[in-house]
Amino acid sequence: MAEKENILELKNVVYSFHTYGGEVKAVRDVSFEVRKGEILGIVGESGCGKSVTAQCILRLNPEPPGFFGGGEILFKGRDILKMSNKEIRKVRGGEIGFVFQDPMTSLNPTMRVGAQIEEVFLGRTGVTKKEVKNRALEIMKLVGISDVEKRYRQYPHELSGGMKQRIMIAIALVSRPSLIICDEPTTSLDVTIEAQILDLLLELREKLGTSIIMITHDLGVIARLCDRVIVMYGGKVVERGTADELFYDTAHPYTKGLMNSIAKLDTAKGEKLQPIEGTPPDLFSPPVGCPFAARCDYCMDVCNEMPPEVYQLTDEHATCCWLQHEMAPDNDMKKKPEKKGEVR
Amino acid sequence: MLKYVTKRVVAAILTVFALVTIVFFLVRLMPGEPFTSAKLTKEVAENMNSYYGFDKPILEQYFTYMGNLLHGNFGYSMKYTNKTVNYIIGQTFPFSADLGIRALCLAVSLGLVLGIIAARNRGKKLDFACVLIAIVGTSIPDFIMGALLQYFFGIKWGLLPVAKYLGIEYTILPACALAFYTLASVSRIMRSSMLEVTSQDYIKTARSKGLSELRITCKHQIRNAIMPVMTVLGPTVASVLTGTFVIEAIFAIPGMGKYYVESVNNNDYAMILGMTVFYGCFLVLCNLIVDILYGVADPRVRIGKR
Amino acid sequence: MAELNKDMFVIKGKNTMKMESISRPSLSFWQDAWRRLRKNRAAFVGLCIIVLYALLAVFAPMFSKYGFSDMDTAAMHAGPSAAHWLGCDATGRDQWVRIWMGARTSLAIGLFSAFINMCVGAVIGGLCGYYGGKLDMIMMRVVDILYGIPSLIITILVMLVLGKGVAPLIIALCVVGWIGTCRFVRGEVYRLKEQDFVMAAKVLGIPDFIIIIRHIIPNILGMLVTNLCMAIPGAIFQEAFLSYIGLGIAPPNCSWGVLAKEGIQYLRIHPHEIIIPAFFICTTMLALNLLGDGMRDAVDPKLRGTE
Repeated sequence: MAEKENILELKNVVYSFHTYGGEVKAVRDVSFEVRKGEILGIVGESGCGKSVTAQCILRLNPEPPGFFGGGEILFKGRDILKMSNKEIRKVRGGEIGFVFQDPMTSLNPTMRVGAQIEEVFLGRTGVTKKEVKNRALEIMKLVGISDVEKRYRQYPHELSGGMKQRIMIAIALVSRPSLIICDEPTTSLDVTIEAQILDLLLELREKLGTSIIMITHDLGVIARLCDRVIVMYGGKVVERGTADELFYDTAHPYTKGLMNSIAKLDTAKGEKLQPIEGTPPDLFSPPVGCPFAARCDYCMDVCNEMPPEVYQLTDEHATCCWLQHEMAPDNDMKKKPEKKGEVR
Repeated sequence: MLKYVTKRVVAAILTVFALVTIVFFLVRLMPGEPFTSAKLTKEVAENMNSYYGFDKPILEQYFTYMGNLLHGNFGYSMKYTNKTVNYIIGQTFPFSADLGIRALCLAVSLGLVLGIIAARNRGKKLDFACVLIAIVGTSIPDFIMGALLQYFFGIKWGLLPVAKYLGIEYTILPACALAFYTLASVSRIMRSSMLEVTSQDYIKTARSKGLSELRITCKHQIRNAIMPVMTVLGPTVASVLTGTFVIEAIFAIPGMGKYYVESVNNNDYAMILGMTVFYGCFLVLCNLIVDILYGVADPRVRIGKR
Repeated sequence: MAELNKDMFVIKGKNTMKMESISRPSLSFWQDAWRRLRKNRAAFVGLCIIVLYALLAVFAPMFSKYGFSDMDTAAMHAGPSAAHWLGCDATGRDQWVRIWMGARTSLAIGLFSAFINMCVGAVIGGLCGYYGGKLDMIMMRVVDILYGIPSLIITILVMLVLGKGVAPLIIALCVVGWIGTCRFVRGEVYRLKEQDFVMAAKVLGIPDFIIIIRHIIPNILGMLVTNLCMAIPGAIFQEAFLSYIGLGIAPPNCSWGVLAKEGIQYLRIHPHEIIIPAFFICTTMLALNLLGDGMRDAVDPKLRGTE
């Protein structure tokens, strides 16, 4: 397989917040990369740090109380954390787009939607004023909005939820960025609209070659959309791989728990769903060993005492779990690693 | 939008109606009679009573008065028996209105600016200074402010004139005294509104577009933060305009306040009634204008739900 | 890194004890509000000033050798001195005693009228908001219309009808003061009523009045108390204003407004007679404003993370 270049690389990123009770480490040593033209999924429960990670990339988190504890974020080779305010503003909207979760509150209620799309071009060179309006109308058509001239002049409260989300996607895409980050874009929409939006994203990847980071807690979305997936828990990445590998060759107990807890077409009648008992760890005083240890069916003493190493199972598939260690007893999770015990 | 305006206008009319009725009956309940001063003989007093219709049953008086009102006729003053209330109001209202409008413009414009500066610099020294000014401002009643300004700027330091109304420099101290309280309260409301808007999602969206801070502040924050301020603008106008009464007394400005206080002390029914009704109606009108302006400014009201 | 040995790799399974541990210190709503209020130094200073003034109002006249209407003709218009801590007024009455007697009146008026307004407004607004229906519709029309009438005008007229004095003043302030609280409480109760936790309580069969007491009231109590703190300076201001134009408290009774009125006549020659009452009025209002601001910040859930 030809090596695709990396558009975005996160290396050992740490991000925390000052709170009344102390420091909360929301993101604890997260690393991943996004390649050109691919759709990367980030999956995990509420509170596992996915949104914070995504907003880190564009430095959108409010700076007090948030702060970077370390790591690098490389976009096309440049370190985002070292950029000046002017430089990062060029990247935002221009080279990386962001689609937020709740379309109902993410648009300025006192500004027409057309103007909000055109705003992206403010301060950017290479586009004349006349072209700006055309580009806006063009992108609105592209995202599937009908009757664009009329919609262009309307205010957000005059549009439905699905249409508002399309506007958000239009805003993210209008200046043809190489990467867009979607933070649970379909969570607050109903299922039929969700299907349309997902189809739209696939189409846009085909037509424009945009890379997409898709953050979600819905495994169905992952299955439909994503090439590769990373699974986050407790502020860390616990497993990564292609979508197929994750669904059919699960290597981490948490991922397995996620797969078991959703209803599938071949679930037998009367069979109970198996939730993962317990709650995510409190990041006030994060656990010393593996973050999932307390809720894990396969927990061992070593899991409580030391954070697990990363085991590379195939080219893309890696997991962060003691079950892969050579000293661990044989179990259904243990794979035969291609490169045995190699630590990344 | 039309529905909104109609609703507001109807409410305003009903309010005026309630106002006139309540004031009318309250004034009639006041102890003392207008014509019992020693200067008038008994017959003259009786004549006056019958002229003003006080010997008729009270409901009849009410309807007569309402009828007169609809023709814009407030009747004759009982003290200045050769002048109508209309005339006196006409002479004095322009002064009060002038003072009130100057104070309002000063208060609202400076108040908004202060509130925006405080919110943008939250937690820093500038914020602290603005909040301090605001808190001190809402703690000093306007008549005390007037007295203080008079003392320091007029008497002690002799910088500005303190009384009467003979030129534009005479308006500075009274307008400042009147404006200070409102300026402080407007700036507080604007500051908290700005802070609330800043935590909204669409500000994050704006930031993710790579917009400059200036643009985000002006087009996104201020534009939305100013809405709650507009909703309290009505009562604000009312408090500024009622504050003129006392300020006029301190600074010897020939406005409505002087005649109002006099008529209160003289039981001049017609005058009290007339001025109160006039003033009340004026304030209701101001409230109505502010409400309509708000409807125009907020697209959610202007265009309505789909 | 510690040495790994085979014993550490025995599968043991879930730890039901630690599965749902919460290590963040747990705080009830009022604990959290009190903590945030204490941290707000300005509000705390405000609270101390109010307590100080209240104590002085109660105890200072008792311990002074002067009565509040004792006239010392030798000391007319005297400035502050060892004998008269805050000087004397035009007829030689000791200002220190009069300030604190005035404080009793002003603070009592402020507190009572604000409190009565809060109760009346809350009850009416609460009932309208919770039960809705015809009662709500009619009451709200009435309230909207009354709200449009400038309240100071009505207050002045009521004072004219009832005459001067403390009781008439409190009545006058209450006649129109409840309307603001009523509208606000009705809005909040209406909003809370639609929330899921109220529906959950209803589904469980809990009777209405328990829902109101256990679920609705605690949620509006914070804002009600804040409103109270902000309403007291308003009442004090109105009392001062009315006394100033001659309508409030009759001499020889005194309140701070009366003292201000008497003092301002001598602004040029004896400024201390106006500056001292003005100082106390302003500092009281300042303290209450700081306290009210602090209370509002302390109970607002949106401001939780921002200290």
